[in-house]
Amino acid sequence: MSGVRVLVGTRKGMFILTSDGKRKAWDVKGPLFEGWEIYHAKGSTVDPNRIYASQNTSWFGQILQRSNDGGATWAPVGNQFQYDGVPGTHQWYDGTPHPWEFARVWHLEPSLSDADTVLAGVEDAALFRSNDGGDSWHELSGLREIGSGASWQPGAGGMCLHTILESPIDAKRIWVAISSAGVFRSDDGGVSWAPKNNGLHSEGIPDEDASVGHCVHRIALHPSRPDTLFMQKHWDVLRSDDAGDNWVEISGNLPSDFGFTIDVHAHEPETVYVVPITSDSVHFPPEGKLRVYRSRSGGNEWEPLTKGLPQENCYVDILRDAMAVDSLDECGVYFGTTGGQVYASANAGDSWEPIVRDLPAVLSVEVQTLA
Amino acid sequence: MIRVVLPAHLKTLAKVSREIELDVPAPLTQRSVIDALEARYPVLLGTIRDPLTQQRRPFVRFFACEEDLSHESPDAVLPDAVASGAEPFFVIGAMAGG
Repeated sequence: MSGVRVLVGTRKGMFILTSDGKRKAWDVKGPLFEGWEIYHAKGSTVDPNRIYASQNTSWFGQILQRSNDGGATWAPVGNQFQYDGVPGTHQWYDGTPHPWEFARVWHLEPSLSDADTVLAGVEDAALFRSNDGGDSWHELSGLREIGSGASWQPGAGGMCLHTILESPIDAKRIWVAISSAGVFRSDDGGVSWAPKNNGLHSEGIPDEDASVGHCVHRIALHPSRPDTLFMQKHWDVLRSDDAGDNWVEISGNLPSDFGFTIDVHAHEPETVYVVPITSDSVHFPPEGKLRVYRSRSGGNEWEPLTKGLPQENCYVDILRDAMAVDSLDECGVYFGTTGGQVYASANAGDSWEPIVRDLPAVLSVEVQTLA
Repeated sequence: MIRVVLPAHLKTLAKVSREIELDVPAPLTQRSVIDALEARYPVLLGTIRDPLTQQRRPFVRFFACEEDLSHESPDAVLPDAVASGAEPFFVIGAMAGG
């Protein structure tokens, strides 16, 4: 029987939520790695039993965990993320040069074709690859060395590479997004890179249309249309229909176009979800009402989805990696909040129920659809 | 044999429940103790000190004989009481937070 496994990373450990295809009754396992921040955990689509998790604290640094049995057991793998060559400097908050320093792994992206290959997006922003199941890592340094790296500057959360997308039809095409540098694309498997930020306007930077320097929060795509990308920027929701070469704003009637997360329906490539947040200085939903907004037209026209979500006194945030979809016949949508709730919709967002409440602040949500 | 006490998170990682006994060649220093710890428990690599620079992580402290030795040179010789096993060498997660 089909089912889903939801991987939840929180400030104080990881939780695994499982259900059958009905998605009514849930089993909650955890906390795993209790007391540690789990920025992200994600399973391989090639081998769903293979899951990678990023475990970190400011005290004891970075650990990478791997499970080969669907999360039942875990073992630490390689945690040495050494920048290639002399890493040089990027800009610090005050504009002074600051040495590139590894802090943590923000995002893990297992390859679409090989369970032992996985990409890691790290802070300070760089992309690493492992071809041996996470045992060893090497930097794809062409990204950091494209020339603009010395001008990249951290956002408030740190200078993180937080989004990695692999094209489902061309394994050599990879997109990454960095706060606060923007989107970059490689068409040769990560060797060389180019910024893909044409059409982005950011009032918070000196040159609003600069080729780099934008605080992109997340990008998403639908596997059937890998040239169409959707973006939640610091402010603005955008789309690209040419693999990132050009972007147009699709914020339309959203109550706020500030937010962190964005995702695409599993079966409808023009159905997009965002969770508007009040502003860059007020990180909770407008009017204290938790609303997911869905567009079925690829943007501009958005409808609020509120059934089952708190419509008063709700002051949580939904972080960039904290939304995911399953691919069951009726698409399930999931998101976690900084208040520790994980909400699920088994009907593409029409109604919502909390799977769990009162977890530590949720940093990431990923979903595995199980045969 | 010397005795080493790890903080809770590192005990979990190393899968030990109590203090560790280590055979460390002389001279006994912070560096030689951490070298021996990492050799026996490779999972601790990078959790106590930076693997490249060898610098102690900012929120890690080293105590022994009721003294904070964190700011001593990593090559300074540790007290005789640690070398004899009379006193343990503590790896501490610094107090922080609210």
